Amino acid sequence: MDLLIQQLINGLSLGALYALIAVGYTVVYGIVQLINFAHGEVFMMGAFGSYTTWMLMGSPTNLSIGVALGLVLPAMILGGVLVSVGTALLMERFAYRPLRNAPRLAPLISAIGLSIGLQEAVRLFYGQIPGFPDSRRAIPFPVIEGLTGRSIQVGGVTIQHSAIFTLGALLICAALLWWFVNKTRMGRAMQATSQDADTARLMGINVDKAIATAFAVGAALAAVAGVAHGLRYNNIDFQMGFMAGMKAFTAAVLGGIGNINGAVVGGLVLGIVEAMATTYIPGQFGSSAWKDVWAFAILILVLVFRPQGLLGAKVVDRA
Amino acid sequence: MNRRLAAAGLSGLLIASLALTGCGQRNAEPTASGGGGGKKVAKIGLIAPLSGGLSAMGAGMRNSVDLAVKQANASNAIPGWELQFAAEDDQASPDAGKNAATKLTGDKDVIGVVGPLNSSVGQAIQPIFQSAGIPLVSPANTNPTLTKGADLSKPARAYSTYFRTCTTDDVQGPFAAKYLLSEGIKKVATINDKKAYGQGLATAFAKAFAEGGGTVVSEETINPDDKDFSAVVSKVKAAGPAAVYYGGEYPQAGPLSQQMKAAGLAIPLMGGDGIFDPAFIELAGSTSNGDLATSVGAPAESLDSAKAFVSAYAAAGYKEGYSAYGTYSYDAANAIIEALKVSLPSASSASAARSATVEALNKVKFAGASGQVAFNEFGDNTSRILTVYKVEGGAWKAAKTEDFQ
Repeated sequence: MDLLIQQLINGLSLGALYALIAVGYTVVYGIVQLINFAHGEVFMMGAFGSYTTWMLMGSPTNLSIGVALGLVLPAMILGGVLVSVGTALLMERFAYRPLRNAPRLAPLISAIGLSIGLQEAVRLFYGQIPGFPDSRRAIPFPVIEGLTGRSIQVGGVTIQHSAIFTLGALLICAALLWWFVNKTRMGRAMQATSQDADTARLMGINVDKAIATAFAVGAALAAVAGVAHGLRYNNIDFQMGFMAGMKAFTAAVLGGIGNINGAVVGGLVLGIVEAMATTYIPGQFGSSAWKDVWAFAILILVLVFRPQGLLGAKVVDRA
Repeated sequence: MNRRLAAAGLSGLLIASLALTGCGQRNAEPTASGGGGGKKVAKIGLIAPLSGGLSAMGAGMRNSVDLAVKQANASNAIPGWELQFAAEDDQASPDAGKNAATKLTGDKDVIGVVGPLNSSVGQAIQPIFQSAGIPLVSPANTNPTLTKGADLSKPARAYSTYFRTCTTDDVQGPFAAKYLLSEGIKKVATINDKKAYGQGLATAFAKAFAEGGGTVVSEETINPDDKDFSAVVSKVKAAGPAAVYYGGEYPQAGPLSQQMKAAGLAIPLMGGDGIFDPAFIELAGSTSNGDLATSVGAPAESLDSAKAFVSAYAAAGYKEGYSAYGTYSYDAANAIIEALKVSLPSASSASAARSATVEALNKVKFAGASGQVAFNEFGDNTSRILTVYKVEGGAWKAAKTEDFQ
């Protein structure tokens, strides 16, 4: 029983990480019907942004818990958000906006190119900054006192502080996002643009701004995910966005692409399936190496019987 | 207007990325000195991961071979010949390794190649070197089948051009098993990354551990590109082992150790030479104290022959450390150079001396930085000295060195 609860918690916290990234895919798809395959790299840039912030603060270590959680961590999150939102806005402006009316494949290829370009740029140049570590290999993430490596013991179940951070971040981000999309003018402008961009423009909505905002919102959540990743796994590297992006995209499709709640549910389901498959499928197919196979098998099953995803995709029909 | 601006931005990006690739390739190019007047040229190649997660080891290999080549030129080891060094990046992947091998074997000046690091890459490029007749001396491939053929019960030399200076998993795994048993650990879980190296190591370990009276309570596998090991750690924890044996390399082993300890599984993680690198401790963090690794040979600091290498390496001023395979790479390069002393002086060109070099390698015998270097009938090094290292206070410390038979 302990093992079941433990794996449920493992799955939920891994799923929360997927969900934070998946929201970025879904928000952008919902508004411009573009799969932004460079979103995994936005997540990576967020992690490197937060690491850079920590370096610029003079790489503080051995802090009191209050300073670490009250000052250093928020500053790192803010730095990460700034970098990834900046990356996403530049991407949108220079790589996607000129291709908005081009055939669907053009922005897709553009996204793949950006993804490779960003990875290589970090790999080659980040370590060249004087005093910064070699970025061609994994860089150890800063220790945040009170979070890194700490855990709570509940009976036979271990809950790591970093898992609580990830789940908490997902809850807060999802609530803020719901409020933003449904309660603010800009959120409603985004909804209108996603329903019909041309009509929205006729109604006086700044469509370009609404689309850029969608990219920025997704990037901000990806940056939070980047910090969570660093805290959970204690290291970041230039390739971290690839696999995480793949999984998050899968989560977005599983939940129903374009549907924000779907991305959250899809992420959590994917995380739990991976954790459960590792433990409860017997024989050699149950090992951790096969968990991705089961995760994708579930994806295929869901898409066969519910092509719109678990919560339903939001596909806009354009005449 | 907007469009033109964007087009300019895009083409700028394109040019930048082209410039980037240019830089990357230049980094992997030879660092040997320019041509010497009137001397004939022979090249010693290297295939190793110079980028990616394992580049810490790859850079140490490159620098060590570079050092051996420079020393040979400085001492005029082969009169009338100038040795050059050509390094190629295999990104730790068999496909990139094949490209690197094709490039090197296509160069008529290449007379011998050191590398690769990964057994899986070794497997992929052995045939290329065999058909080109160029000797390939690996400092780090530890999978036993590379020399003894797929069926280990009936060993037969697989490739006559393939040699290695390191010991193999069928020695390293059992050595680790013996050590853990002698420490009173009777229950272990194994985890491997399904690569030729990791799987071979974990299998050899599990077999010897069970034969020695221990119990393997859980056998798990992971994917090399995984970051999250929480599920597999929880599963292993439920089986109640006293140690975890990991078959694989430090980019996964470091985070695995960290996640084990964070999840409350405070038992040592033990691995092979693939995790014996300072980068493991960096990735695993402060909770890695007590983790173990076996590595081939005696600690570099304890051998006289190694001291000369260590000080020459330091004097050469390389940016990266010599890492786990530095001494073996240096010995591999020197084995080729020793063979060249026999095969080259009478040869008209480098390509004409290739088969004589392979023959001479079989008879090479010298005191290298890692110990005695000589090859047996399979192309394996005859020396079987191994050491257990333990993480103490954030650094690897030698715990036990043994001539293991």
